[in-house]
Amino acid sequence: MGFEKIIFYFFAAILVVSALRVITVRNTVHAALFLVLAFFTTAALWLMLEAEFLAMTLVLVYVGAVMVLFLFVVMMLDIDVSVLRAGFTRYLPVGATVAVVVIIEMSYFLLGGFDNSKFTPVKHGVEYSNTRAIGNVLYTDYLFVFEIAAVILLLAIVAAISLTLRKRKDTRYQTPGNQVKVRKSDRIRIVKDMDTES
Amino acid sequence: MSGLTHFIKSMTLWELLKGMRLTGRYLFVRKITIQYPEEKTPISNRFRGLHALRRYQNGEERCIACKLCEAVCPALAITIDSEEREDGTRRTTRYDIDLFKCIFCGFCEEACPVDSIVETQIYEYHFENRGEQIMTKEKLLAIGDKYEEQIAAARTADARYR
Amino acid sequence: MYELAYDLIIILLKIFAILIPLMTAVAYLTYAERRLIGFMQVRIGPNRVGFFGFRMFGLGQPIADAVKLMFKEIVMPAEANRYLFVIAPILAIAPALAAWAVVPFGDGLVLADINAGLLYILALTSLGVYGVIIAGWASNSKYAFLGAMRSAAQIVSYEIAMGFALVGVLMAAHSLNLREIVLQQSGGFWHWYWLPLLPLFMVYLISGVAETNRAPFDVAEGESEIVAGFHVEYSGMLFAVFFLAEYANIILISMLTVLMFWGGWLSPFEGIPLLGAATAWIPGIFWLVMKTFFFMFCFLWFRATFPRYRYDQIMRLGWKVLIPVTIVWLVVLAVAIVAKLPPWFG
Repeated sequence: MGFEKIIFYFFAAILVVSALRVITVRNTVHAALFLVLAFFTTAALWLMLEAEFLAMTLVLVYVGAVMVLFLFVVMMLDIDVSVLRAGFTRYLPVGATVAVVVIIEMSYFLLGGFDNSKFTPVKHGVEYSNTRAIGNVLYTDYLFVFEIAAVILLLAIVAAISLTLRKRKDTRYQTPGNQVKVRKSDRIRIVKDMDTES
Repeated sequence: MSGLTHFIKSMTLWELLKGMRLTGRYLFVRKITIQYPEEKTPISNRFRGLHALRRYQNGEERCIACKLCEAVCPALAITIDSEEREDGTRRTTRYDIDLFKCIFCGFCEEACPVDSIVETQIYEYHFENRGEQIMTKEKLLAIGDKYEEQIAAARTADARYR
Repeated sequence: MYELAYDLIIILLKIFAILIPLMTAVAYLTYAERRLIGFMQVRIGPNRVGFFGFRMFGLGQPIADAVKLMFKEIVMPAEANRYLFVIAPILAIAPALAAWAVVPFGDGLVLADINAGLLYILALTSLGVYGVIIAGWASNSKYAFLGAMRSAAQIVSYEIAMGFALVGVLMAAHSLNLREIVLQQSGGFWHWYWLPLLPLFMVYLISGVAETNRAPFDVAEGESEIVAGFHVEYSGMLFAVFFLAEYANIILISMLTVLMFWGGWLSPFEGIPLLGAATAWIPGIFWLVMKTFFFMFCFLWFRATFPRYRYDQIMRLGWKVLIPVTIVWLVVLAVAIVAKLPPWFG
């Protein structure tokens, strides 16, 4: 048990530190990378709870895809820090109010209603498959919710594309499909050389 | 119909397979690489390599210091000083070719009225110190003495095309 | 406590037993690449460096290369981000090696026989891109940055096609465990998943080539356009680590292809009356390695054959060709599984 606890606190410490660095570090790329580290350690913690499916999916989706796109955008940003700082005092009241509300809410749950003993993880045998368990729940009890979530995501994709897609008249597009279809006869015409023929 | 065949062709990656068949066949083709230090490619009689100054059969150097080579050299690589020798003939006292400037065009050889300066078939040489790239008269004559047979043979073989 | 230490030592020994042959294979894959591509281009390739004065077809070349790279200076570009610059190659190679933990080399011959093996592999191969992106950004170089951007977009796109292809595999095998996936394919050559999952196999192979940034999808390197892409600024051992990661990934993708579509360690002669019995004594790992060799050979063969894709062509192929193909075939597969189509799903 001791060894497991050591590992837990090790990962927990990394998680807390990296999460803090996400909001304190100056460089946006560094912040994104710390977020990656935070996701990764979260996955490790989930793995300790035998939630291997969730852990892998977290790494696969958030670390492997979402954060790559984040980095993609963040790396190309050219942020002027002074402009960002300009509105600090103006937005401070709003920001502080939100922060206070969040802190009150969290402390209400964590200090008052959070009963640690209720959430002790159950140990399972080797045969137990977290993937199968989630699948069973997801596609029976929560099928409807799951489908709705899928449709909403699809809608979001379609909306995002239709909002940003614009056809500019002055750009020239290539159609690779047509390029591939080109045959030799479309492009070259063999002309008989009259001198050598006669 | 052509659309259908095109679809089938692209879905079965037909043209990619054709390309791979070609490279696959070349995997077994006889290799044409010349393994350099052990094997060498044949050299043309007109090959323009390291320079040499030739002598006549009786040992007299051919060069008469006419400076035609110096004049024709497009890279200004040749420097010639001349003086009258005791027997009254005009000879060079200095005949330097800077190999860093030389572009091995062979004009000096073409210009020479007495076939003195020639370019040999030697292409394996190197310098280890500064100044070694200047081919002095002594060095050029030494090369000419050493390779006279080869030089003469190459000239005779090429003579009927000139 | 002693038990724990004992277990750790056993695991470490197992890791070495996997890593040492893997590293040797990586070293000699570079040699094989240069020789094979040379042969296909009617050249000879490296054939000089040998051992103890014997040439031995140049087999000493990878060792000589490794020694040379180790003694080279590591040049740090001006204004580069030092920590990230050094971390990037490590981030590239760590997932490439860590993924081997769940790869079974035979029935039971595996370091960690975990249930979500396939997901683990998918998650780790998706991490490899960080090495490339961070390297490109930390180098403070335009070419490196361009390479990183290209690589990021390319890998994210091809991961989707790859994931869909693997969804087909787990649908067919009813398991995420690599050992089970192989065992589900038992029954001889025609029972392997390459046949019912042929389009998915092709998609997986193509996106595998793209994921490893190999030709014809090597726009991240693109030596004729952006010099060497993300690793222009790298030299010495740091560069060597990138190199190792690329080749370790090739071997990994080849072996995964074998495990998921070509029956893993199963013998191709299984079920054939005379030949099957005559070859039954050959250990499974032999078949696994032979099949893996074939796909590694294919990687080199592709590189010798195909010209590099243009960037927009890569995107088109990934999004508009490979993903629709996989989705269509997943539907076909679902119907086949529900209909219990023999001999695969019966």
